Amino acid sequence: MAEETMTLRVTRYRPERGPDSYLDEFDVPYREDMVVLDALNHIKDDIDGSLTYRWSCRMGVCGSCGMMVNGMPRLTCSTYLREFHPEPVVIEPLESFPVIRDLVVDMTDFLEKLREVKPWVIREREDAVEEGEYLQTPEEVDRYKQFSMCINCMLCYSACPVYAQDPEFLGPAAIALASRYNLDSRDQGRSERDEVLGVDTGIWDCTFVGECSVVCPKDVDPAAAIQRTKVSTTTRGMLAAVWPHRGRR
Amino acid sequence: METIEHDIVIVGGGAAGLRAAIAAAEVSPQLSIALVSKVYPMRSHTVSAEGGAGAAVGGDDSLDLHAFDTIRGSDYLADQDAVEVFVAESPGEIVQLEHWGCPWSREPDGTIAVRAFGGMSVNRTVFAADKTGFHLLHTLFQTSLKYERIVRHDEFFVTSLLVEDGRCAGVAAIDLLDSEVRCITAKAVILCTGGCGRIFSFTTNAAINTGDGMALAYRAGVPLEDMEFVQYHPTGLPGTGILMTEASRGEGGYLVNNEGRRFLEDYIPSKMELGPRDILSRAIIQEIEKGHAFQGPYGEYVHLDVRHLGERTIDTKLPFVRELVRDFVGIDPVHEPIPVRPVVHYMMGGVDTDLVGRTRLPGLYAAGEAACVSINGANRLGSNSLSECLVFGARVGRKAAEDALDAQPVPGNPVARLAESEQERLVGSYLEKDGGRERIAAIRRDLQAALEKGAGVFRTEESLRDAVMAVRALRERYRAISLDDRGRAFNTELVAALELDNMLDVAETIVTSGLVRRESRGSHTRRDHAVREDDRFLKHSLAFATTDGPRIEYSDVTITRWPPAERKY
Ligand SMILES: Cc1cc2nc3c(=O)[nH]c(=O)nc-3n(C[C@H](O)[C@H](O)[C@H](O)COP(=O)(O)OP(=O)(O)OC[C@H]3O[C@@H](n4cnc5c(N)ncnc54)[C@H](O)[C@@H]3O)c2cc1C
Ligand code: SF4
Ligand code: FES
Repeated sequence: MAEETMTLRVTRYRPERGPDSYLDEFDVPYREDMVVLDALNHIKDDIDGSLTYRWSCRMGVCGSCGMMVNGMPRLTCSTYLREFHPEPVVIEPLESFPVIRDLVVDMTDFLEKLREVKPWVIREREDAVEEGEYLQTPEEVDRYKQFSMCINCMLCYSACPVYAQDPEFLGPAAIALASRYNLDSRDQGRSERDEVLGVDTGIWDCTFVGECSVVCPKDVDPAAAIQRTKVSTTTRGMLAAVWPHRGRR
Repeated sequence: METIEHDIVIVGGGAAGLRAAIAAAEVSPQLSIALVSKVYPMRSHTVSAEGGAGAAVGGDDSLDLHAFDTIRGSDYLADQDAVEVFVAESPGEIVQLEHWGCPWSREPDGTIAVRAFGGMSVNRTVFAADKTGFHLLHTLFQTSLKYERIVRHDEFFVTSLLVEDGRCAGVAAIDLLDSEVRCITAKAVILCTGGCGRIFSFTTNAAINTGDGMALAYRAGVPLEDMEFVQYHPTGLPGTGILMTEASRGEGGYLVNNEGRRFLEDYIPSKMELGPRDILSRAIIQEIEKGHAFQGPYGEYVHLDVRHLGERTIDTKLPFVRELVRDFVGIDPVHEPIPVRPVVHYMMGGVDTDLVGRTRLPGLYAAGEAACVSINGANRLGSNSLSECLVFGARVGRKAAEDALDAQPVPGNPVARLAESEQERLVGSYLEKDGGRERIAAIRRDLQAALEKGAGVFRTEESLRDAVMAVRALRERYRAISLDDRGRAFNTELVAALELDNMLDVAETIVTSGLVRRESRGSHTRRDHAVREDDRFLKHSLAFATTDGPRIEYSDVTITRWPPAERKY
């Protein structure tokens, strides 16, 4: 029996060979249980070792393998070829990021944005370890849990029309991360983070398209984080105006 | 060539590396600390850890009980002084992570919750649902961002240690952006490079787990300890090798054979599903041999059944298991049993270190899965590894920081020359090499198959001897490799070639150490030497690099308060 195959059209870009990218076509053996990443690995291992992309865990948790698959930002280790079979599938680098090589994009800006929102517990006084844990009930964990599930895959940035227009925009995952700490009962750093979130390129840039939450593979719902932050910064801003020491903790 | 100067270089941004970086940063604001990693830190393999981190924090627990369980689990090969340090410092590390924001699962009163795990006699595994490693890693990474003195070199691949005048004085690393070698100097170099599960074909390990740090130390003359002890986890998904966490059994899941029977009653009735991993993996292989397994396209398997736990428990305690099984098997574990088989998971062995992470080479330290302290001996208990990364990561970070504050400056010129010759080697042997036609992937696949066959759950003299020969033959073939990719920007094929070089060295230590350990202990089970022989082998193996392959020596096991006894459950 002849092996079933499937065609992949893959963006190639090699800085040494000039500024233009091009599409390369590969036929790979097809099995029902193959993910897109398996096909890329087949190409790299057996056809063209110069094909370049990132991956590691192949279980949807390390966040490395995000690419555009037929125009949508997806985790290639969790996207099955059978979704597209027998039609060819097009693999491109994540949109809205500078490309380093083939399917590898530059993450520097994203990392800088994560750091900007001060993603660590901020407290006036840190207890010594000997004093034991800060108590936190399961309900208090639930308040921020969803926003702590982000794997930094950047799919939401690729889907975000605002980030595409304005690279200064803090972006969905960074805002979700700020919310994750703001909503954590152990943290007292909200006002410091609000300084970053409250500027034009923070939450106010967002026009609520909501694509970020649609493409997020981990149901983080960054759009909800942005919405909540808008509401709470507005009310706290108003409260602070009438009652100056509220709104800070 | 660019030289980058730091006081401390940490290779690896997983749990051990990040914990070490923060610990070192807290010793002194004067220290410049480099965190070098071949992937962005939050991509490190720690992210995949599911079940939890072991620490005696429960009311019914004690340090001695945790120590005893660990030592018995290790089949008495763990160094008991190391275990005592480990159990004493684990609870503090759990609280430290809590203070840094780790979303540990909680009891209704707000205290940290613990769950049952294999080989632990009370509930002692702290967890964050079943994404413990993910939360732990992101908490550490995010906390590390607070320290300006931790300077990251992301997507730098370390290719060799720079050893000058008997001291490790830095590393040579290629920046993936341009494939040029950077000379990174330091007074202390800490290897936190994780495990090497990718040497086997069927593994839970991520693509990056190629044993690089082990190979770097080995080539620099530092022995690799207890490399024959490879942990097979009893429950991996056939085909992909994706792990079904032990927490699924800790929460009450069953292992069932094709007769619908919980077969562990024939093997370890006192513990059943909560027995240690080596014993459970052997039991599954024996069930397969008896014809009690199911047949599938990716080999024989048994069932992990969690249906009786109910949807609610599964969703609160094992949501990731449900997600993974849905995404990667296409069934829902709430309604169907999960196919599982034993899968390579963890290396008990690693770079030989003392209790503060120092190796025999001055200036070189190690911690985490890459190191062997040894608390795991011949078999690690599930959930002890994350805690080990925290405890010994913190210890090595502090120690390296203190040592760096006292150390003489690095002799810059000679070290830079070493890095320059490393650059020449990479260009000559890879990027501009002529001839050769071996593909990297072909050699890698054959290596993985050889290890799978020769150093599996059950081993024999013959299987190990064949594996030794196979690895040597592959080493020959490696000389004839040729890269398709000669570009300098983000050359992942060059990285793969260097990783394969490391895998070959590490593989040789595994099969050679296994061949000469003619007894069965913990995960190392010899059909031809079925019993444990304390007279000859209550010893750590040490593999030293020589031009003819590894030379194996032995060293004593440290016994403090728990005299070796029969391992009974
Ligand atoms: C699926 C799975 C589930 C697990 N679940 C648990 C659990 O529930 N509980 C538990 O205790 N343990 C668990 N373990 C084991 C545990 O996760 C690992 O032992 C532990 O995370 C290892 O951490 P590490 O910091 O030593 O290394 P890693 O997290 O593997 O990090 C290694 C780092 O080294 C870097 N590196 C490697 N080589 C180089 C190089 N040449 N140059 C530059 N950088 C390099 C990598 O980039 C990476 O940052 C699990 C393991 C697996 C596979
Ligand atoms: S919010 Fe979702 S899509 Fe965005 S980076 Fe995080 S996990 Fe990825
Ligand atoms: S490879 Fe890790 S998320 Fe896909």
